[in-house]
Amino acid sequence: MSEKVGVYVCHCGTNIAGVVDVEEVSNWAGEQPNVVCSRDYKFMCSSLGQELIEEDIKEHGLTRIVVAACSPHMHEKTFRGATERGGLNPYLFEMANIREHNSWATTDKAAATHKAKALVNGAVERVVHHQPLEPIPVEINPATLVVGGGIAGISAALELADAGNHVYLVEREPSIGGHMAQLDKTFPTLDCSACILTPKMVDVEQHPNITLYSWSEVENISGYIGNFNVTVRKKARYVIEELCTGCGICEEKCPRKVVDEVFEAGLAQRKAIYTPFPQAVPKYPVLDPPNCTYFERGKCKACQILCPTGAIDFEQEDELLEFPVGNVILATGYDLFDSNRIPQYGYGHLANVFTSLEFERMVNASGPTDGKIVLRDGESVPQSVAIVHCVGSRDNNYHEYCSKVCCMYSLKFAHLVHERIPEAEVYNFYIDIRTPGKGYEEFYNRLLEEGTHFIRGRVADVTDAARLPGEEGKLIVQAEDTLIGKQRRIPVDMVILSAGMEARHDSQDVSLMFGMGCDFDGFFTERHPKLDPVATMTEGIFIAGACQGPKDIPDSVAQGAAAAARVAGLVNQETVMMEPVRASINKETCSGCRLCNDLCPYNAIVFHEDQKLSEVITALCQGCGTCVAACPSSAINGAHFTNEQVFSEIEGILWDVMEHQAVPA
Amino acid sequence: MSEKPKLAMYWAASCGGCEISVLNIGDKILIVDEVFDLAFFPCIADFKHHDVEGYEDGYIDVCLFNGAIRTSDNEEMAKLLRKKSKVLVAYGSCAYEGCIPALSNLTTKDETFNTVYYENQTIDNPNRVVPQVETQVPEGTLTLPSFYNTVKSLDQVVDVDYYLPGCPPEPEQIWAVLEIVVNALLNDGPLPPAGSIVGAGNVAVCEECPLDKNVKTITQFYRPYEIQPEPGLCLLEQGLICVGPATRSGCGALCPQVGMGCRGCYGPLEGVDDQGAKMLSAIASVVGVGDSTDDEFELEEMIDNVMDSLADPSGTFYRFSMAHSLLERVKANGNGTNGGEVK
Repeated sequence: MSEKVGVYVCHCGTNIAGVVDVEEVSNWAGEQPNVVCSRDYKFMCSSLGQELIEEDIKEHGLTRIVVAACSPHMHEKTFRGATERGGLNPYLFEMANIREHNSWATTDKAAATHKAKALVNGAVERVVHHQPLEPIPVEINPATLVVGGGIAGISAALELADAGNHVYLVEREPSIGGHMAQLDKTFPTLDCSACILTPKMVDVEQHPNITLYSWSEVENISGYIGNFNVTVRKKARYVIEELCTGCGICEEKCPRKVVDEVFEAGLAQRKAIYTPFPQAVPKYPVLDPPNCTYFERGKCKACQILCPTGAIDFEQEDELLEFPVGNVILATGYDLFDSNRIPQYGYGHLANVFTSLEFERMVNASGPTDGKIVLRDGESVPQSVAIVHCVGSRDNNYHEYCSKVCCMYSLKFAHLVHERIPEAEVYNFYIDIRTPGKGYEEFYNRLLEEGTHFIRGRVADVTDAARLPGEEGKLIVQAEDTLIGKQRRIPVDMVILSAGMEARHDSQDVSLMFGMGCDFDGFFTERHPKLDPVATMTEGIFIAGACQGPKDIPDSVAQGAAAAARVAGLVNQETVMMEPVRASINKETCSGCRLCNDLCPYNAIVFHEDQKLSEVITALCQGCGTCVAACPSSAINGAHFTNEQVFSEIEGILWDVMEHQAVPA
Repeated sequence: MSEKPKLAMYWAASCGGCEISVLNIGDKILIVDEVFDLAFFPCIADFKHHDVEGYEDGYIDVCLFNGAIRTSDNEEMAKLLRKKSKVLVAYGSCAYEGCIPALSNLTTKDETFNTVYYENQTIDNPNRVVPQVETQVPEGTLTLPSFYNTVKSLDQVVDVDYYLPGCPPEPEQIWAVLEIVVNALLNDGPLPPAGSIVGAGNVAVCEECPLDKNVKTITQFYRPYEIQPEPGLCLLEQGLICVGPATRSGCGALCPQVGMGCRGCYGPLEGVDDQGAKMLSAIASVVGVGDSTDDEFELEEMIDNVMDSLADPSGTFYRFSMAHSLLERVKANGNGTNGGEVK
């Protein structure tokens, strides 16, 4: 059987043509067996480039197509489309990556051209063994799981629910609201954070299309786009939600006080049974057994005795809920960088060094100091405040990236200090001021006018060791002022560390559970950094908000809505076509050895005891190939990755070292 | 009645077991004798090289060629018998895929000679005499066949019509094949397509193996002498290497049934290019220690510990198939010098 292969070598402007001699590659490819037509073209992905393929298929009767261009992640779908419009099955196409794997990786033109030939030849040798495949239709369950009830998750859930789709919103903490609920004001408009957030939280609670599971975590997920099966662990609250009215008597009467490390950032106390803040949604409190007198000593039960509706249940256990969903949006947010990791900044051993989150709570009118800015003693008002930017960010020792929000919130802090303590001096130590956003630069200018001192230099040290007159009893912030080229020692009463955002400590586990990727920093990996920022490489799993990278509130809201729109689009289609690149077991040659039975990461392999045969459930299979490689008798075939296809490609790539010589004596 | 068809059997680098296996087909041997005339069978009848040379091309109807190609003599005989035979069968594992002799492809000719002629405990060779291709003596020059660096299978030196796997092939399979051949010669019966593997099944040994098979998770490998396998249970599950899943059936799963893991002598299944790699890949897939929550370094160490309990992996997984595998031979001394070809 001889195939007629068409080869198209893309210039990608100068991206490829600047390094690879595309004309030479195209001419050379034209001389290879089976190739009947070979061209190079400036932009193969343009409509004109695609039309070339369509026309050649009709004119030359091509039966196979090879495009040597960028990564298949980028344009495999594009060219499969062109192949199909030309009248061929889209899987009779193969892509050779001569950009990411070649022209972008070297400046050596001769070597790059040589490698391009090898890659093209591999693709040609492979494509003649391609078989036509048909996509597999899959129905989409209209329900969606949103993980994380911060502002991104809330936005996504509300958008979807308003569009008439059912949403399960799962939140790990007792209340939704996320970090935004802890903030006082939001930059640059100085809107009260709670005032704009709590109505949305209430909307979530009251929405008929939203099922809210707070104090819950996703335990397991299986399945595939359109048909996921979710297991959620609803942690024991020790409060019967159906009976609880949220009156707060239990919290009031609980005799045990505990430092609230989560919501109040350690600045205030809560009870052993508590709602994290008055506007919490849902309103039901949570009992914290390790700190509860009853759980500790078997006595007390004050909450149970005094609860007017008998809603306290010490016997309550975690509940495992299972439900099907069609899509998932992960909006799991971020962790604040732990300032203890930079000992020279004094946090933890110098009392009046605060983290940004502590300061947020302090300036919050409903926070531990009712909005008064005071030192750690709870009463002294600082007369001078240093705000240290880039704590943990833009620092090779911690995170190389910029956390994006710290400049703006540091400016906000400066403003709040001026507002509450007009006579105080405020120093902002910055590397660069980054204010890209609507109204952000204007806010910076306002702060310049308010009299904030801006010192351009990374802070080296925060110490209480006085050396100069006037430093006694103060915290001394040392930095090189790079604008005047001098070391400065600024004595202040209070230091605020503007800690950066980092990925959730358990983001890697989450990414494993949901079968999608996360980068080295732990942030979830989007399908495309520019053009597909809320989708992931796993179909049906979307991401929104700071779990994808540092983000402020408007960006998180926008991403939540964007992810919701993507899901709504899928739900509207009702079915999606899935890649037919799947494994299948040949019944004739399966010996029933059961080596493959425990390997499938998607649990797609079943063993039929009666026939002594294993079978791959096509809809569950994701085409990863694990079982194909493991089957010792080659009874499992990986469609589009058959032995013949893979070995031909390898031989094609090694054309210059493989002369098909006989085994030497 | 016309002359009887001619049968030949020849041994190249082999142990002689294949010859015995033919004689071991029981009273069917009488039918063989009745149907065929022997044209060449050095193991049981006195024939000389020049007898064969004297035959017309294609004189021999069926030649069962066993043994691997180890020396120039083996290759010469293979080529001669190919020329003189209508049907050439690679008989047994050595001719088919190299078998035990081809394990020496893991080393070099020089190393092999070193071991055999100098270093073995029982060797006493003070003058360091090793076989030479040419030796001068007063009467003239003596020659010996040259010893190749790489052992090859029969089809790597000549075209082969059929392959009959096994070390050695099982009697009933031998007879089944001979029956087809006899039927073809006497009654114009159908022959399988050229290049076929005959006298074997198309499914793995497990299909014939009556032991109970479960999901496999291996945490430790054992050599056969180390444990008493639990009767009735798949040996591989118990940590005893059994290459059955990667091996063609046809033998009736004789070895596993008596507690000895399949060695793999019937060779790979259709579509498998490298039996050793396939089995190793399968084994590696079911090593079941740790999980994704373990520290990466510790996990690696745990896996290494399990794999370390697997003795001689190349000798185990490539016991029969080295010459015919993708590997063919190892690169000697890491850089291909010292006479080891780069493959």
